[in-house]
Amino acid sequence: MGAAPASRDVTSYGLGLAAPLALFFLAFFVAPLLQLLWLSLHNDTAGLHWGLGQYLHFLTDPFSLGVLGSTLLLGAEVTAVCLVLGFPIAWLYQRVAPKLQTIIILIVLLPLLTSVVVRTFAWIVILGRQGIINATLQSLGIIDTPLKLLYTQFGVVIALAQVQMPLMTLPLITALGRIDPNLDDASCSLGAGSWRTFFRVVLPLSLPGVIAGCTLTYAAAITAFITQSLVGGGQMLFMPMYLYQQASTLQNWPFAAAISIIFLLAVLAVVSVFTTLGRLSRGYGGA
Amino acid sequence: MAETQGGRSLVVDAVTHRYPSGALAVENINLDIKGGEIIALLGPSGCGKTTLLRIIAGFIAQTQGRIIIGDDIVDALPSNRRAVGIVFQNYALFPHLSISENVGYGLAARGIDKATRQREAQRLLELVQLPTMAERLPRQLSGGQQQRVALARALAIKPSILLLDEPFAALDKNLRLDMQIEVKRLQRVSGITTLIVTHDQEEALSMADRVAVLSHGKLEQFGSPSDVYDRPQTLFVNTFVGSTNRMPGVVVSADRTAARVRLDAGAEIIARPAGGALSEGGRVTVCIRPEHLQFVGDGTGFAGVVGMSLPLGATVVHEVTTADGSGVKVSQARIGETRALESGAAVRLAPLAPSLANAFPATL
Repeated sequence: MGAAPASRDVTSYGLGLAAPLALFFLAFFVAPLLQLLWLSLHNDTAGLHWGLGQYLHFLTDPFSLGVLGSTLLLGAEVTAVCLVLGFPIAWLYQRVAPKLQTIIILIVLLPLLTSVVVRTFAWIVILGRQGIINATLQSLGIIDTPLKLLYTQFGVVIALAQVQMPLMTLPLITALGRIDPNLDDASCSLGAGSWRTFFRVVLPLSLPGVIAGCTLTYAAAITAFITQSLVGGGQMLFMPMYLYQQASTLQNWPFAAAISIIFLLAVLAVVSVFTTLGRLSRGYGGA
Repeated sequence: MAETQGGRSLVVDAVTHRYPSGALAVENINLDIKGGEIIALLGPSGCGKTTLLRIIAGFIAQTQGRIIIGDDIVDALPSNRRAVGIVFQNYALFPHLSISENVGYGLAARGIDKATRQREAQRLLELVQLPTMAERLPRQLSGGQQQRVALARALAIKPSILLLDEPFAALDKNLRLDMQIEVKRLQRVSGITTLIVTHDQEEALSMADRVAVLSHGKLEQFGSPSDVYDRPQTLFVNTFVGSTNRMPGVVVSADRTAARVRLDAGAEIIARPAGGALSEGGRVTVCIRPEHLQFVGDGTGFAGVVGMSLPLGATVVHEVTTADGSGVKVSQARIGETRALESGAAVRLAPLAPSLANAFPATL
C-alpha cells in the first residue's frame, strides 16, 4: 500500500450548502435592518432630507430618554426578581427525589404551555381592583379600599417575572446540576457552614447559569410588548409600546426607526456586559 | 510536626443504618479503633463501607448506634463541627479556587487571616511535595497531584480523624503505589487516626494496621492483615481476601481446635474449624489457598488430573480436576527445577498443614 495519491483537506467545507440559509437571512434580516437604519437617518417623515435629526431628537428629549431608562430599569427589576425566586427552585430541584424533580420541572415549564396573552389576562384578573388579591384582603378586613396593583410598575414586574421565570430557572437547574455534589460535603467537612458553602462554592460555580438566565430573562422582559402594555396600561410606557405608537399611530417612521436602533444598541450593550461576565466566569467550568 | 495533634480514638458503637426505603445499609457495626491506627474498611461495592464512612464524617445520620471520637459522642454534631478530614474518591477540589485557596479553605472557615492561611497552605504543599503549584487551578494538575492537594486540604484543618474514600482507585498502578507510600508516610508523620475505604484487598493488607471486612452491611471480621488472611473467621473473608479453593466435604469428627473432614474429592484431611464449632456429620466447605496445597506421594492426599500448568514467573499455577469433578488451583514457588506438569498427568494433593485448611459450615 502506497501513500494516498492526493490528500484531501477535510477541515474545509464548501460554502454552497449554507447559501439558502444565508440568502434567507440576507433577504429577511440584514436587508430590513439596513432599511431600518436608512430610514432612521432621515429628518422628515417623507424621507427626503438626510440627517441625524431623529437621533438628536430622541437623545435630547427627556420624555424619550425617560421611556428608555424605565424600560432598562424594568428589565433589571424583572431579572432580579426572577433570579431571587428562581435560584431556590433550581437549588431545591437538585436536592429532592427524582419524582419531585419531575413535578418541579412540570411546574417550571407550565407557564410555557399557555399563551402569553392568556397568562397576562390571568394577571389582570389577579391584580385588578376587584381581583383576587384585593377581594381576599378586603374580605379579611386588612384593607378598606382596593390597592392599586394593576397599571403599576409593581404589577408589570410581577407579571413579567412569572411569564419569564422558565428562562431563568432552566439554565440555573442545568448549571447547579453540573456541580459535583461531593463539593458540598467537602466544604462542610472542612468546617464551612451552609451559607459559606453557598457563597464560596455553589454560587461561584453556578455563575455561568446565572449569567445565561439573566441574559435571557432581561432580553425577554424588556421586549415583552403584550405583558408590558396589558398590565402596564396607558400610564406605563415602555420602549416596545413607544415604538408601536410612533410607527403605527403617528406614522412617524423615521423616528420609530431611530427608536428601534437606539433600543437595539441599548439591549446589545446590556447583553454584551452579561456575556463578558460569562466569559470571565467560564474559568470556573469543568471539574 | 504540628500535625501531631492527631491520634484520637474512634469508636463505632453498634451502628445500624436503614435507607428511607427500609433496606439496611449497615447493620450493627462495632469498631474500636485506637488513636493513630490505620484501618482499612474492605469489601465489595455495595457492602456499606462508604455509607459507614459518610456516617463517621457526619454526612448521614445513622438510624441507631453511636460514633465516639476521643471522649466525645459526636452524633449530634453536624459534619462541619466534627473536625473529620475526608479525601474523596474524585478528590472534590474546588475547581474555581487556586490550589493554595483549596488548601486554605478550611482555615478560612475557621476565620484565620489570609497571611497565616497562605503560609500554612505553603507548608502543607511542601509536605505533600507540591511546593510550586500554589497558584494553579485544580484542572491544571494531574490526578496524583490533585490527590496530594486533597490530602493537604484535609490535613490543613488538623483533623482528629482522616477518612479516605477509595483514594487510589482512579490512579494508574505505578502512581497508586507511590501514593500509598506517600499516604502511609504522612500518616506516620502526623499520627492521625486514619480510615481507608477500599475494595482492593492488596491495598487494605499493605496499608492498614487492622482490616475490617464488610459484606452486605455486616462486619465479617476485624483484625490484623495476617489474621484476616491466615485466620479468616468466615467463608466470605476467606474467599474475598486472597484467592482460595473451596472444597466441599463432611465432618467425620471435630473438637474445638481441629476437625477431620472427608472431602468429596476423596481424602480425609485435618482442617481448622474457622467459623466456630462444627457438628459431626455436617456438611462443610474447606478453603485451602493455592499456595497451601502440595503434591504428595501415592497413598496420601486426594487424587486429581492436571488440566493446565501456567508458569507465572515466580510461581507456577497448576489447574487440577479432582475426583468429584471440581477444579482446584495449586500454586508452587518456582525453586530449582519446578516442573510445568503435562496436561493429563495424575497427581495427588494435600494441604501443607492442618492450620492452613479452614473448614466452614456449609450454608445451603
